[in-house]
Amino acid sequence: MKKLLSGDEAIAYGAWRAGVKFATAYPGTPSTEILEAFARLPGIYAEWAPNEKVAVEVGIGSSMAGARTLVAMKHVGVNVAADPLMTFTYTGVNGGFILISADDPEMHSSQNEQDNRIFARFAGMPLLEPADSQEAYDYVEYGLELSEKHDLPVMVRFTTRLAHSKTLVNVEEKALDKELRGFKRDIKKYVMMPIYAIPRHKDLLKRLADVQAEAETSPMQTVEMQDTDLGVITSGVPYQYVRELLPDASFLKLGLTHPLPEKMIRRFAGEVKRVLIIEELEPFLEEQIKALGIECTGKEFTGRLGELTPERLAVALEKAGLKPSFHPVKTPPLPALSRPPVLCPGCSHRATFTALKKTGAHVFGDIGCYTLAALPPLEMVHSCVCMGASIGNAVGVAKAGGSQKPVVAVIGDSTFLHSGITGLLEAVYNNANVTVIILDNTITAMTGGQHHPGTGKTLMGTDAPKVDLETICKSVGIKHLWRLNPMKLNELETALKDSYQIDGPAVIIAEYPCQLYPTRLKRIPMIVDPELCNGCGACLRVGCPAILTTEELSAEGLPKVTIDADLCTGCEVCAWVCKPDAIKFPVLEEVEHD
Amino acid sequence: MTKVTNVLIVGVGGQGVILASEILTEVATKFGMDAKKSEVHGMAQRGGAVSSHVRFGPKVFSPLIAVGDADILLAFEALEAVRWAHYTNKDSKILANDLRLIPTTAFLSKGTTYPDDPFAELEKSGYHADKIPADQIAKDLGNVRLANTILLGALSKHLDVPEEIWLKTIEARVPKKTIELNREAFQRGRGAL
Repeated sequence: MKKLLSGDEAIAYGAWRAGVKFATAYPGTPSTEILEAFARLPGIYAEWAPNEKVAVEVGIGSSMAGARTLVAMKHVGVNVAADPLMTFTYTGVNGGFILISADDPEMHSSQNEQDNRIFARFAGMPLLEPADSQEAYDYVEYGLELSEKHDLPVMVRFTTRLAHSKTLVNVEEKALDKELRGFKRDIKKYVMMPIYAIPRHKDLLKRLADVQAEAETSPMQTVEMQDTDLGVITSGVPYQYVRELLPDASFLKLGLTHPLPEKMIRRFAGEVKRVLIIEELEPFLEEQIKALGIECTGKEFTGRLGELTPERLAVALEKAGLKPSFHPVKTPPLPALSRPPVLCPGCSHRATFTALKKTGAHVFGDIGCYTLAALPPLEMVHSCVCMGASIGNAVGVAKAGGSQKPVVAVIGDSTFLHSGITGLLEAVYNNANVTVIILDNTITAMTGGQHHPGTGKTLMGTDAPKVDLETICKSVGIKHLWRLNPMKLNELETALKDSYQIDGPAVIIAEYPCQLYPTRLKRIPMIVDPELCNGCGACLRVGCPAILTTEELSAEGLPKVTIDADLCTGCEVCAWVCKPDAIKFPVLEEVEHD
Repeated sequence: MTKVTNVLIVGVGGQGVILASEILTEVATKFGMDAKKSEVHGMAQRGGAVSSHVRFGPKVFSPLIAVGDADILLAFEALEAVRWAHYTNKDSKILANDLRLIPTTAFLSKGTTYPDDPFAELEKSGYHADKIPADQIAKDLGNVRLANTILLGALSKHLDVPEEIWLKTIEARVPKKTIELNREAFQRGRGAL
């Protein structure tokens, strides 16, 4: 059956088809939809793990138990999971194990654009790079067979472009029946203490050599011999661009890119006059192929930054002295007012950052929707490094004594449970003067509303115990804690000011549900009294899409504002900052009294 | 159709750009063509500018349309037509909804402002956009959500695909109760110019 599937969906269907029974992940754009799609398929177990390291550890367990296993994450998640992965290649697998690394060249929704193909090589994992949804679907099954045959975890690496593009896939209607192999005690294989790890490292090199031999004849590598003046070696989505731009060239399209098929590459290079390497981000293929003594070019034309697009690649090919089938137009884009993403109307983060702005503070941020508060007009997030970094950053600033203002960390509930608890432990243990605000909207919002250990639901839709954030904070030794509704801005402001006076760490749990998940919230929209509005613009500076300026000017000559009733949720943050009290709820009906 | 057709659909997060591009891609595959659809979501869903690339033909490689290579630009909002106009060329068609959605940043930015007339702005730079009063038609039909179907109707006029395939695909995607209304909206969109 032909189906239009995104790369993420294709991975899920491919895994199901290949007999994967167990999948785990922590949500992260662009990988989130893999587990969401997999969880809807019959006869499987799928879960959200608290973070990527735990996901890989659980996945290793599932593989040890003999189940075919899928663990998915975004590129930066692999950093978190690196510790178990680097040793997992030594132990190897029982049930086949696929690690999905969804990379994000161009940083569409990420803090960096690291190229995780290097991770596969670093850890010693075979690496597969699909170029469309059909390949994503096929490579999962192939990867699992490779994994079981060579006793290695296998990485399937792709990018946002593949994850979020839909292309046609031939989908099998039945899943393969793979029996659970069962856990067998094997101390020399699974206990990586020096006496057993030393021989397993040696064995890893042997297993990789076996995969390399297989890579030479793997059906994942395709050669298209056409005009032999130019031979292009490429992998992943960039193949699609270069194949279209140079329709007559010869191609070696690699699907299995670690370990590289040396003989195949030498043979191909020997048959063409010139070798060009086309790859996104790092010169992963190019450096290794150059090390084989093969003359080739690539990065000097394509560069190492961002996503390759057809027009960027066309420019690069022209620079390389080639004639691509498409000449990029020189027309620059017309100037158009930017439309950056904003916090939703009614989002409680707007209240929190408005209060923080009023009290004045240096605010160390984390990964989540609230990072948007770094943008104008709020500009109240002053760092963003990685998941869980906020608390550590704040402690460092406070301890180094480099801030004249109160030091605050802001971290979402899902991020706190992912990797914030150890940061809080650090703040308590070393008695840092920081205020930690846990922005608890009871969902993983940024990635589209996924459950986590604090929401009371699992990925499969069953009920789960709801971890209590206050209990966690108190148990690591937090003595000063407020649990409040940030929409009550006066209470929040008082709590902030009080927390700044405390010697040692304080926590404010700001509880208010996300406006979008699990259900959209909407109350009575507010209105502006044009008689009272003086056009001061304080409400515009909370950055709410529902507040608009009008043509009407105030006595001060400033444009008065109005509120879009469709967008307004009645959260009252704008009313809180309005000095002339011009923003109110409408008086619905005159009530007649007896 | 022997060559690949490139349709770029743009708008603002929440307007239904992604759904419209899904429908177009499905229509193309039902017509027996290879098709690819590509967009990036993530931070873009929070009120940001959204674009979706749809390409179809006998064989499609690249999931992205190159700058200057869009055959049709379908804009769900007028300023978005301005933002993406450079993806078109002199033979392209620009279809734009006559709707202005002013971003919050407009009131704070000191440089660029929201143009008084985005359509005139396009003309000044040598682009012509056909104005589709989709939101107005939708209001006439009694449901603003129909704007999406009206715009697809307008798009369908410029693509060589049987009307029945369009209607069947749309019907499968909308609530049963609104099928008749969507059929009408599609026809109004087709006749909008």
